[in-house]
Amino acid sequence: MALRGIKGETVRKALLYTFYLLGTVLMLLPFFWMISTAFKPDSQIFTMPVKWLPSSLYWDNFKRAFQVIPIVKYMLNTVSIAVLKIGGEVFVSALVAYGFARFDFKGKNIFFLILLATMMLPYEVTMIPTFIMWSHLGLSDSYVPLVLPAYFGAASFIFFLRMYFSTFPASIEESMVMDGASYFLIFYKLILPLGKPALLTIGLWAFLGTWNDLLGQLIYINDPAKYTIQLGLASFSNMTGETLWGPLMAASFMALLPVIFILLFAQRYFVEGIKMAGIKG
Amino acid sequence: MKKSQIGFLFILPWLLGLIIFTVFPIIAALYISMTDWSIIGQETFIGFRNFGNIFSDPAFYKALLVTMRYAVLAIPLTIIMALLVALSVNNQYKGIGIFRTIFYMPSIVSGVAVAIVFKWILDPSYGALNSLLRIFGITGPNWLYDSAWVLPSYLIMAVWGASGGLYIYLAALKDIPKELYEAATIDGAGWRQKIRYVTLPMLTPILFYNLVIGLIGAFRKFTDAYVLGGAGEEGVFYMVYLYRQAFSFYKMGYATALAWILFVIILGLTLIINYTKKYWVYSERK
Repeated sequence: MALRGIKGETVRKALLYTFYLLGTVLMLLPFFWMISTAFKPDSQIFTMPVKWLPSSLYWDNFKRAFQVIPIVKYMLNTVSIAVLKIGGEVFVSALVAYGFARFDFKGKNIFFLILLATMMLPYEVTMIPTFIMWSHLGLSDSYVPLVLPAYFGAASFIFFLRMYFSTFPASIEESMVMDGASYFLIFYKLILPLGKPALLTIGLWAFLGTWNDLLGQLIYINDPAKYTIQLGLASFSNMTGETLWGPLMAASFMALLPVIFILLFAQRYFVEGIKMAGIKG
Repeated sequence: MKKSQIGFLFILPWLLGLIIFTVFPIIAALYISMTDWSIIGQETFIGFRNFGNIFSDPAFYKALLVTMRYAVLAIPLTIIMALLVALSVNNQYKGIGIFRTIFYMPSIVSGVAVAIVFKWILDPSYGALNSLLRIFGITGPNWLYDSAWVLPSYLIMAVWGASGGLYIYLAALKDIPKELYEAATIDGAGWRQKIRYVTLPMLTPILFYNLVIGLIGAFRKFTDAYVLGGAGEEGVFYMVYLYRQAFSFYKMGYATALAWILFVIILGLTLIINYTKKYWVYSERK
């Protein structure tokens, strides 16, 4: 029967740690392979049997990657889209969530059902008409279509924040109402500061969404000067004809660095978010 | 101003966005799907001809098959993997935080870069996977360059990313009342019985949620497929097919009709899964 007692517990622990180590190796293998290739000259990349580690750190792949695409510029392009949209997206989503969480008005339940329905509706259905709309406005080769819609709030963020704001006790607004403060002031001075952890969580979700988005950026951006890091990487092989795996791995490595930093230093906000809502961004 | 009016003001920005970016495009999409629109030039109303053309296009069925086959295999695989990992790290052992972070990584670290790295791992001659297999004397397949091995290539990537869903399961595991396990222990249940009769039934709501999310994810799969491709059109998932029709061939009407079909498929499958809910998903009686 099952493992019991102190001896059983030790065996169990040993088995689990073996599983963790094996899992860790599998999870990190792609990164090990990427970094190892990034530091190898072609003669060590295209060789059999395989060389798992470079014989010395070969930095030329990074230089060559910069010659193929302007990586820093593309990263800054992505960052500027993110900066332009995230503040507005978080603020407006919080505004709307506050309305849903703490007020009663006619049609509120129906509006909320519609909000939930739009979370289920695939973006693909509205994608083409929205694209045609922006083309007619002459804004299709710009960041406007990627940024502006964020200023009307995002359904999943509103849903998440509404849940968070609903947990505040009903009494918190009372003293400020007594002092004659407007509800917008209450929102700004009280609700936003109290909701800071949740706002940070959705801010990070929004940043990752922008950093990793390919389809939206692919549709709207044509001018290589406006390329984002995702578009730059996706077009890398087209720029070089045959695939230059060394420089491409160096470029991929640089593109992943910001995200890896977020993972290491801000993971708890994602985890708290999932715990709070049971949903994934 | 009355408090109820103020509440309405707070949701007004979203309501405006709803009209501009959802209601209006949906109405437009109904019309566009019945035209031969190609961005340039005037469109002609052609009724349901786009739908007729789609249903007689072998490439449509191919994309549907690629997507469905992937969904049927990848969803159970990823759910089982994520569940296994969650069960294994659901303790307070030393260093567990580090392992959780490593297993959680794929949900944050993704996009084109990761897809490119996998393409290189799967390279038949110099890739990491076939190099590893060679150590054991196995000659690996040509993966993405052999139409029979394209699907397994995508499944390998799916399994690697599966543990990214870790914390959803961990949160659900924490929510299971301790009394249930205590009662099971008193009744003489071992750990296997506890998992079978307490843990799994209590997790069914989250399994249901992941089933639906996984289904939508498969039908929306784009980035990986766009980067990896695959021999013999085996990497043309539904969204890649739709994207090509719209933005390579500028068949906007045709592509919009494809989007509606996608919507109906997702809705239909979700409703079917939802119908089966009462047979296997645990619900707390209120």
